[in-house]
Amino acid sequence: MTLTAPPTHPPIPWTRVCALDDILPGTGVCALIGGQQVAVFRLGGRVYATGNRDPYTGANVLSRGLTGSYTVSGETRVKVASPLLKHAFDLESGLSLDDPRLSVPVYATRTEGGDVWTGSLA
Amino acid sequence: MSTPIPHLVIVGNGMVGHRLTEQLRQHAAPDALRLTVISEESRLAYDRVHLSSHLDDPRPDLSLATDAGYRDSGVTVVQGRADAVDLTAKTVQVAGQTLAYDALVFATGSFPFVPPVPGRDARGCFVYRTLDDLDAIREAARGARSGAVIGGGLLGLEAAGALRKLGLETHVVEFAPHLMPAQLDAEGGAALRHTIEGMGIAVHLSRNTRQVSVDAQGRVTGLDFEGGTRLDADLVVFSAGIRPRDDLARAAGLSVGERGGILIDDACHTSDPHTYAVGECALHDGRVYGLVAPGYQMAKVAAVNVLRDLGVLDAPPAHFRGADLSTKLKLLGVEVGSFGDARGVTPGARSVSLSDNVRGTYSKVVVSEDGRVLGGLLVGDTARYADLLDLTMTGTPLCVPPETLIVPPLPGGAATTSADALLCSCENVRQSALCAAIGEGARDVASLKKCTGAGTGCGGCVPSLHGLLQTELRRLGETVTNHLCEHYPYSRQELFDVIRVRGHATWDEVLAAHGSGLGCEICKPAVGSILASLHGELVVAPQHAPLQDTNDAFLANIQKNGTYSVMPRVPGGEITAEGLIAIGAVAKRYGLYCKITGGQRIDLLGAHRDDLPAIWEELIAAGFESGHAYGKSLRTVKSCVGSTWCRYGVQDSTSLAVRLELRYRGLRSPHKLKSGVSGCTRECAEARSKDFGIIATEKGWNVYVGGNGGVTPKHALLLASDLSEDEVVTLLDRYLMFYVRTADRLQRTSTWLENLEGGLDYLCGVIIDDRLGLCAELDGEMARHVGTYRDEWAAAVNDPAIRARFRTFVNSDARDEGVQWVDERGQIRPADAPHLYPLPMLGGD
Ligand code: SRM
Ligand SMILES: Cc1cc2nc3c(=O)[nH]c(=O)nc-3n(C[C@H](O)[C@H](O)[C@H](O)COP(=O)(O)OP(=O)(O)OC[C@H]3O[C@@H](n4cnc5c(N)ncnc54)[C@H](O)[C@@H]3O)c2cc1C
Ligand code: SF4
Ligand code: FES
Repeated sequence: MTLTAPPTHPPIPWTRVCALDDILPGTGVCALIGGQQVAVFRLGGRVYATGNRDPYTGANVLSRGLTGSYTVSGETRVKVASPLLKHAFDLESGLSLDDPRLSVPVYATRTEGGDVWTGSLA
Repeated sequence: MSTPIPHLVIVGNGMVGHRLTEQLRQHAAPDALRLTVISEESRLAYDRVHLSSHLDDPRPDLSLATDAGYRDSGVTVVQGRADAVDLTAKTVQVAGQTLAYDALVFATGSFPFVPPVPGRDARGCFVYRTLDDLDAIREAARGARSGAVIGGGLLGLEAAGALRKLGLETHVVEFAPHLMPAQLDAEGGAALRHTIEGMGIAVHLSRNTRQVSVDAQGRVTGLDFEGGTRLDADLVVFSAGIRPRDDLARAAGLSVGERGGILIDDACHTSDPHTYAVGECALHDGRVYGLVAPGYQMAKVAAVNVLRDLGVLDAPPAHFRGADLSTKLKLLGVEVGSFGDARGVTPGARSVSLSDNVRGTYSKVVVSEDGRVLGGLLVGDTARYADLLDLTMTGTPLCVPPETLIVPPLPGGAATTSADALLCSCENVRQSALCAAIGEGARDVASLKKCTGAGTGCGGCVPSLHGLLQTELRRLGETVTNHLCEHYPYSRQELFDVIRVRGHATWDEVLAAHGSGLGCEICKPAVGSILASLHGELVVAPQHAPLQDTNDAFLANIQKNGTYSVMPRVPGGEITAEGLIAIGAVAKRYGLYCKITGGQRIDLLGAHRDDLPAIWEELIAAGFESGHAYGKSLRTVKSCVGSTWCRYGVQDSTSLAVRLELRYRGLRSPHKLKSGVSGCTRECAEARSKDFGIIATEKGWNVYVGGNGGVTPKHALLLASDLSEDEVVTLLDRYLMFYVRTADRLQRTSTWLENLEGGLDYLCGVIIDDRLGLCAELDGEMARHVGTYRDEWAAAVNDPAIRARFRTFVNSDARDEGVQWVDERGQIRPADAPHLYPLPMLGGD
């Protein structure tokens, strides 16, 4: 039984976002792609992309959150904590660590010749 | 051969129905009991007690149950209203299906009573019971100016608070001659009325509503009272009491009370052997309980008895013996407590009361002829609630005159807490039970909640649970683990020493040598702060920027909608006319909201991140620098006008405040630091509420330390008297550096000093008598801080790489469309959720 329909996220086209060097290691930036705000993070040698909107507060701030790792059942995963009320989200699944019913969209990323690209998986 | 698993059906998924599922699953796994709940509301069980907070921004999540949680614990949810029960066939009809049960529990709660006045169904009339009700009220409030609540009881006042929150001119209409007639007496009601009117809510007493008047379109226009008076209102909320929802049970043929309620016995059995009732729909011993705690007790009792009857549990029967109706509430910010025989109706009872019309407080105790407390009332200040309730419940004979129980404590007087205080009144948990749980291994508040139930009702006792846990653990001689987080097995103080001794200069070095993983939002800023305290490098330098919370990363304070505030330093609160004009000009150019802060300076709010560098360029040109309002560092040194102007001043407090603010500006510390300097003992700068405060004497200055305003106000303690200015500075240098070195993460000086073993004497030993031989080192560290200070905003605006970080989008010059403003009193403010107009999908749900 489901009471609310799961949120749908409009796909975004593959887009070059910026140079990898435009993102300080460990931090995020925000890109505007097809009218949508996408938070792009550089962390532990990889690039991750999620929606920029913090579902707890409705503010577009996730790219300004502190990134980090957390351990769950022995596995180390990566996360970002919203700068507003510190709710954290898994960077790969988009799931809220505080309430599994809330999530942010996640997008695919790739780096090519020093550039960062993001897009929805086909 | 397998016996079929018995099937239990619960009708109603409110607070008590949900608690029952939890209680059942504690004793019976899905392979021992099939469990189905019938839920009529559009959401699964939620915290109705905190219903009003649904209108807060950000909106808290009130849900108690989730689809996933029920799925995991094997609870089937059937959405819809149960419309018939056949007690003989043992079936329930719901949403077109027939469910067969082995046992049935009614947990149908109650519904708001709406008096039969004409017009009560008009557009604009509401009740206040469910989240859907609140959503409808919020929607209607958008086009409304004023609202009236019919009913001045507990729930009516809640509803009035909600209308006020929604920005409506708010009226409360009560039939009785005073507010909260069920709990309060006339004087208590008057004290409450005084405070509530002070909040801008109009109170109309002894008013009998004759009809709700409507316009030609059938919309509410107001209320007409008996006697011809009238009140205009665009919206009406009925909150005139509740009635048990016994319709379904009544139709099935179960016994119900004359005035409603499904009859139950001590076992929570109804008149049918396979049927039970719990919560607000049940009538026990002539009483329906409109509070959640008795409902929870019934859930506990019914769970045991149902499982016994189904042969699933081998346990003695459980009994519900009635519950105490004591309540302690915070209504619209006013504390109200009522317990025992609050109205003094016991024959021979004597009442003693005390009312203070200025503080808006009223207290009363009712004492029996033989000198035991029977009950009482507290309005405006419920600090004594737990103690008095305890005396009432235990029936302890008084050995002091009853009036001493309600006189406010003398300053410095010892509190009279009883040996085994009732800490959680919702769940009826005493200190002894909590201590026992700690003795048996509970090590945090979450596990205390789990094993004692304390703190799971209204949540008001949670701070006391924290306090008790700390004290108990210390008493048991346990080290309360103070590891920073999963990445560092050190306390902040240990990490500070390690970093200082090894001379680490960057996060990468610290993590590689002492940590694990990639860090997190707790350890990154903590290490960033330690590095900044030790090396004084810019927090926005590329090697440090990734460690900073957004406030330090953008050198400004983030606001609820993601914009920032700008607060230039105004040392000692002293500012020139040119300075004021320059600040005003910047505010005007960038459309910022202006406010004088509590720290004697000016705040400019609503700055877009990409405007921050330009704003600061202009402020710097006008001679301003960062005020570090965003940093865990020195905020302000408040001053009074002192001997230069004031006829009482004995020293120049403003000059000393400016000197201290300029000396300690930018000092990164475990938490923010505040100070004040007063020119005489009248203390107009409120120095004793600060981390360090200085008060002028005829002979010089007295230095106070460890004061605090905020959540737990504390007066600073006298550290040294009659010092010269230079002596003040030396002493403070050491005090601050010692604090920076040894305090825990986010520990203000007041808690640090309280926890410092040896307290103030020890502190004097270290920083005055130099017992540890540390003074030269501390002096040196402060000298280095003062020598290397530079304005981080000036550094940021002059560095193109740092400026680039302030762009909203890395690939576009657009602005964040999610930031929307409304006008309030001629300035901007962030639009609240109801004012937000629909936007194109912004990367979210
Ligand atoms: C201007 C100001 C100091 C400043 O530069 O910051 C100030 C200045 C005076 N204060 Fe004050 N107080 C000022 C804020 C405070 C505060 C802080 C506050 O209210 O925010 C306090 C502490 C809170 C409090 O009220 O207790 C404060 C506690 C006092 C007291 C002590 C009151 C007490 O109950 O202990 C006095 C003495 C008195 O009442 O006789 C006092 C008396 C005075 C008098 C009126 C002394 C006098 O009788 O002439 C000073 C006027 C000097 C003059 O000639 O102009 N002032 N005074 C502050 C004016 C604030 C304002 O908004 O007007
Ligand atoms: C604004 C407000 C503030 C309050 N503040 C406090 C407080 O401070 N302290 C306190 O102790 N209490 C407070 N209460 C009261 C508290 O919320 C109730 O005591 C508690 O919710 C009762 O729980 P319940 O499960 O018995 O009933 P409910 O929570 O009302 O749940 C009953 C559920 O059953 C459903 N239902 C009914 N009939 C059917 C049917 N035929 N089929 C399917 N479903 C059905 C209803 O829709 C409802 O969801 C407050 C209540 C309100 C409204
Ligand atoms: S008291 Fe402080 S934290 Fe609370 S609302 Fe005001 S500014 Fe925010
Ligand atoms: S007092 Fe309400 S939860 Fe403890």
